[in-house]
Amino acid sequence: MDQFALLVAATLNSGTVLAFAALGLLINERAGIVNLGAEGMMLVAAVAGFATAFHTGNDWLAFGAGAVAGAVLAAAFGFLVIWLNTNQYATGLALSLFGAGFSAFVGIRYTQEKLGEQHNFAIPGLADLPFVGPALFRQHPMVYLAIALTLAIAWFLYRARAGLVLRAVGESPESAHALGYPVRRIRLAAVVVGGALCGVAGAYISVVSTHLWVEGMTAGKGWIALALTTFATWRPARVLLGAYLFGGVTMLQLQLQGEGVQISSQFLTMLPYLATVLVLVLISRNAAFIRVNMPASIGKPFFPG
Amino acid sequence: MHRLELIDISKQYPAVKANDRVRLRVKPGEIHAVLGENGAGKSTLMKIIYGAVRPDEGEMRWNGEQVQVASPAEARKLGISMVYQHFSLFDTLTAAENVWLGLDKSLSLADVVARIREVAGVYGLEVDPLRPVHTLSVGERQRVEIVRALMTSPKLLILDEPTSVLTPQAVQTLFVTLRKLAQEGCSILYISHKLDEIRALCHHCTVLRGGKVTGEVDPAKESNASLSRLMIGAEPPQLQHREPNLGSVVLSVRGLTLAKEDPFGTALDAVSFEVRAGEVVGIAGVSGNGQQELMAAISGEDRRAPAGSIRLFGNDIARASPRRRRVAGLHFVPEERLGRGAVPTLSLAQNTLLTRTGAVGAFGWLRIDAIGALAESLIRRFNVKAGGPGSAAKSLSGGNLQKFIVGREIDAQPKLLVVSQPTWGVDVGAAAQIRGELLALRDNGCAVLVVSEELDELFEICDRLIVIAQGRVSPGVATAAATVEQIGEWMSGLWSRDFAASHAPA
Amino acid sequence: MLRLEARPAPSRAMSLASPLIALAITVVIGTCLFVLLGKDPLRGLAVFFVEPLKSVYALTELAVKATPLLLIALGLAVCFRSNVWNIGAEGQFIVGAIAAGGIAMLAGKDTGNWFFVLVLAGGVLGGMLWAAIVALLRDRFNANEILVSLMLVYVAEQLLNYVVYGPWKDPHGYNFPQTITFLKSTQVPRLYGSYRVNIGTIGALVAVAAFWILLFRTYAGFQLQVGGLAPAAARYAGFSARKALWSALLLSGAMAGLAGGLEVAGPLGQLTPHVPAGYGFAAIIVAFVGRLHPVGIVFSAILMSMFYIGGELAQSRLGLPKSLTGVFQGLLLFTLLACDTLIAYRIRWTSSHATAPSSAALPASQMQSQTQTIDDAPLGPVVASSNLPTREST
Repeated sequence: MDQFALLVAATLNSGTVLAFAALGLLINERAGIVNLGAEGMMLVAAVAGFATAFHTGNDWLAFGAGAVAGAVLAAAFGFLVIWLNTNQYATGLALSLFGAGFSAFVGIRYTQEKLGEQHNFAIPGLADLPFVGPALFRQHPMVYLAIALTLAIAWFLYRARAGLVLRAVGESPESAHALGYPVRRIRLAAVVVGGALCGVAGAYISVVSTHLWVEGMTAGKGWIALALTTFATWRPARVLLGAYLFGGVTMLQLQLQGEGVQISSQFLTMLPYLATVLVLVLISRNAAFIRVNMPASIGKPFFPG
Repeated sequence: MHRLELIDISKQYPAVKANDRVRLRVKPGEIHAVLGENGAGKSTLMKIIYGAVRPDEGEMRWNGEQVQVASPAEARKLGISMVYQHFSLFDTLTAAENVWLGLDKSLSLADVVARIREVAGVYGLEVDPLRPVHTLSVGERQRVEIVRALMTSPKLLILDEPTSVLTPQAVQTLFVTLRKLAQEGCSILYISHKLDEIRALCHHCTVLRGGKVTGEVDPAKESNASLSRLMIGAEPPQLQHREPNLGSVVLSVRGLTLAKEDPFGTALDAVSFEVRAGEVVGIAGVSGNGQQELMAAISGEDRRAPAGSIRLFGNDIARASPRRRRVAGLHFVPEERLGRGAVPTLSLAQNTLLTRTGAVGAFGWLRIDAIGALAESLIRRFNVKAGGPGSAAKSLSGGNLQKFIVGREIDAQPKLLVVSQPTWGVDVGAAAQIRGELLALRDNGCAVLVVSEELDELFEICDRLIVIAQGRVSPGVATAAATVEQIGEWMSGLWSRDFAASHAPA
Repeated sequence: MLRLEARPAPSRAMSLASPLIALAITVVIGTCLFVLLGKDPLRGLAVFFVEPLKSVYALTELAVKATPLLLIALGLAVCFRSNVWNIGAEGQFIVGAIAAGGIAMLAGKDTGNWFFVLVLAGGVLGGMLWAAIVALLRDRFNANEILVSLMLVYVAEQLLNYVVYGPWKDPHGYNFPQTITFLKSTQVPRLYGSYRVNIGTIGALVAVAAFWILLFRTYAGFQLQVGGLAPAAARYAGFSARKALWSALLLSGAMAGLAGGLEVAGPLGQLTPHVPAGYGFAAIIVAFVGRLHPVGIVFSAILMSMFYIGGELAQSRLGLPKSLTGVFQGLLLFTLLACDTLIAYRIRWTSSHATAPSSAALPASQMQSQTQTIDDAPLGPVVASSNLPTREST
């Protein structure tokens, strides 16, 4: 039972990274912009966060640094894609490739380092409950923040007028422009916020999950987050659930490797990626369903005037 | 004092001067038409008034005071409201949410729902605020647009070609609404190229040609001929009509039932009709009633039709590819020129390869000279104004590109030519030429099928008419025996009442 | 204030100049980086742009690096022109290498010197198989090929690890994760003396000609390009989207697998976990910088190889991190995309007066007759009128 509780706790932890990144990408895509640079942003944010935590010892500053790093890269991406109308897919790819190289470059200094204290968090009272205590209430505050963020984004998209405007922009920027909304600025805002959230996810990996910096440490989480937003048909609650699902698969595979299960470790390591492919296949099968739910202007350039 | 006055407004785009020292004056409570053919500059002028585009020169006065309208939001504050030709609605949102987005922030969504019902009632516009827009018909969507405009209590309402998506009966209903609005003191700018409507509805009319104002008249005092002279510099071109020389049945569509592929589309229900050699059959209907789906099934872009439901000279082509259909003699001109009928960034020569494979040699080798020669001959024969066979398709004007595409298909000597919206967005000269070519084809024994939203056009060139509504098709009727009112009713799906009363079966 | 103004027609001069301007910007940024790191910028630039060209040996090494990049990028150019976004060429490269390695291990002492042909064939088939998975999932289930092909890269890496740590590990290899060194009969013949450059380079140049013919002189190539430029027009013309998808993916998978086989049967001579060198990703940049044109790709492949070799030299001679290469490569693509805007737009200084012309406007006549393009596959990226290099049928 204890083992299972720990597995649940680890799942929440692991899923939180994907949740932040995927929620950021969701905001992007709701405005009609696909940012394939997620992996690159997360890597740069991871090294930025690690460096900040290393030099200041303050985790929250580290998250801030990660968010800023993600936001800055996203802003550069946004400028190219929104004002210069460059191809979104190619530009996002360029960002990922650049981010991979740049983070490796900056991170050389920190490769052998390890972050100091490991905090143990616990909600007083609740943390001592049997089973649910260790399972749910001994998490890093960011885990709870992810849940709160999901609810906030859901409220924003479906209850707030600003969220309605965002959805309208994603559906038809031309119509929104005709109505007088500053489409480009709204899109840029979405891209920057999305980048900041991806940055938080990246910082979380290095500062909380591993306390290390390793080149390429995101190992594809940025791409999985992209698949997640599609899998969740662009709804925040489903994104969170999907993130936990993937976190679970990742944890399960680590668990199995640790227990010396007879399958070679490499096949177990493949599991999250194969799961992503499976999930994409399942959700994409019904093309009509996707078309109704997808923000219609995703990937397409917008020319005002 | 005039409500709106434009003085010497000019706007230059890289390749063309869209507006050249335009003057316009609208009084309060006046319905003012802006008449001009496609490409005359009407849309640009409206965008300037509405604040979506800034003029290079000139002055705009509102109630006597000079103003600069820098954005649609500022236009709305002044009291200017616009209903677009291509609606600016969001499909996945409800009508109320759409309207809410078009208003400035003060009201809550619930208030908006209530106000919509109020306004709709006052002006006789049926609108259900809670339905998502993608479930609405085209006419209903226009009503949402109009309600949205009306809820801003406008002093000037601009309508851009509002009747292209309406049945003749719905047009009359719209006119009632507009006259009521005008009586209440709202000025109306009515953009159109339909002379009859302007003469029936409008108090005053400014005519644009090539970006300049060619006249400011009272339409009631003018005839179609005189308006036409102002609009295009000549009388409307006359077409030669010969007696049809009917041959055997070329296209036979029977029981074509097709589920919709696009969740926002229309399903086809037991569509049946025939087209014979030497006749022009027209399909009338309001956009969004299945025309796109029917065209895709006939052209081969959609190959899910039930076997045997589409036959060419008796041979089943329901599941055949577009290429096989072309080999059998069926050629198609789609309604979208750029992006479907032609690839915008490729040259005219390369665009011939889409449907003409004469220049493709063994192993798929492309004979570049032959391709260029074909394009050159099409340009000459069909009077296409272009830089040459190497010009990119998107560098041509709408009319010239349409002439090229139609020409490409006619030059292939088809046995059946299917054309969708042959003259949409095309200037009058090119439109006349295209219609003439279609008639010439028909006189030479080809079968021609035309889908168009312009009833005038159909009445002019078709021998027989059928109407499509909600995915079903009416029986055919000889054009000579049909009236606009009757066809208008059929466009709402109401043909079964009349069918009993002696009409030619399809 | 700076404004963008649409050109009446795309500028051919800019189309050629844009990669050069992008390169120049990258060099400037690179110089700043060198200075920041406390190194002499001139020495830094020399290491990247002069050293790789200095001697015959250097040139052959350039050819060795450029060949796989060239091969993969040719396949990717066809893919991207068809609007099929094969981002997982790296995975196809790896599986090609694995297959080639597997066949190479079948060679015995008496196998003839022609055996390398089989090895390369294995590479081609391996790459095609891996790409076929992507094609199948997109064809049958509409799954986005970007994400699927990428996920398969990670899977391929694990597959490689599995074979070199497991069943194919050299029993006499001191427990290092590597296969045996392949026999001479499996090696691709070298071109000259002791230089590492082999006939693969000749093959790559032949491929350049073949791809040019395919893209610009055959109906099949035309069909692929229309499918990428205007899917609705391709549908209207009756060009099979399914055929385009499969051809593009199988072709690029074959090229990536061939490159993998060449590496294994050439410079590497065995399988190790270090087979993946990022060529599959660098080739994406090579393809774009080369304007998706076979001849342009030759030049950009050479340029990218200079970055690779320069990076290695910078590490050994100047003590700079090797990851600089990745930074430059990413930066080059980024700046290229930005500079490409100049092909369709001009930059203008205007006073921000109220009557300034609106930015990036289309001519009125075009706006009135320009209808919306119909987009096709719901999850496939839609290119519409985006900023990809303009297609020239030279």
